[in-house]
Amino acid sequence: MNLTRYQRPELAWPGFGRLSSLRDELDRLFESPWIELARTSQLLSGWTPALDVHEDKDNFVVQAELPGMKREEIDVSLHDGALSLSGERKTEKKYEEAEVYRTERFFGKFQRTVTLPAPVAADKVKAQYKDGVLTITLPKTEEAKPKQIDVNVN
Amino acid sequence: MKAIMQAEPKPASERTEYQEFVVPVVNIFETGDGYALEAEMPGVNKDGLEIKLEGNEITVIGRRATDPVNGELLLRERSAADYRRVFELDPAIDTNKISAKMEQGMLTLTLPKSERVKPRKITVSD
Repeated sequence: MNLTRYQRPELAWPGFGRLSSLRDELDRLFESPWIELARTSQLLSGWTPALDVHEDKDNFVVQAELPGMKREEIDVSLHDGALSLSGERKTEKKYEEAEVYRTERFFGKFQRTVTLPAPVAADKVKAQYKDGVLTITLPKTEEAKPKQIDVNVN
Repeated sequence: MKAIMQAEPKPASERTEYQEFVVPVVNIFETGDGYALEAEMPGVNKDGLEIKLEGNEITVIGRRATDPVNGELLLRERSAADYRRVFELDPAIDTNKISAKMEQGMLTLTLPKSERVKPRKITVSD
């Protein structure tokens, strides 16, 4: 098992997409080093965009792959220390009458929730959508930042 | 499980022999006028895109614009690899008229069919 995302097989079979995300879910269950980051995602939901989460001493950074969307279609919210990304990608009207050869892209609603291991300053959260990647920077509250504690010896 | 997970993939700059790629997902549609191909390559912008046409094959390579994030990795689902996919073209396509558009990590290729191949009504004279 590797740390990279399973590549979807090249089949235009709608059911296959769901089996891939089930496989993704099972893979993730075994990635125990990331246990501190509890995450709820919906099995068999069809579309679960890939996420990367980083932490440095000042911030958490969450990156989600959401290509081909408009900013208005993406919703980001923070509630009780859990970051929620959701949205909907609507099918494009211009292709409604075309003959479909392959559909591997997901459409419809998606939702991912990330529970953060430390509190963040909700009013300072920034989100940027560039090149199809949504990058959310969540600054930690002062109490959450690592601090040096001086040891006094009497 | 731990032994399998210890192999860290090398960054693209250190790989000398061959490069690993990720296959981007696509939607392909056909209308009377031509084909439309949408490929999802998040993290790629116009500068990282390479489209090669050889014979009746079109190769699409998308190189990610690297924006390294500092800090400790808590969760990783994205791939670091670049994207690559090869398509075999319908001979009806007029390769001179292929156009590409890149928007928010999604490539839209428009491949029009040659004029003479398009469905055409033939009027019957009396």
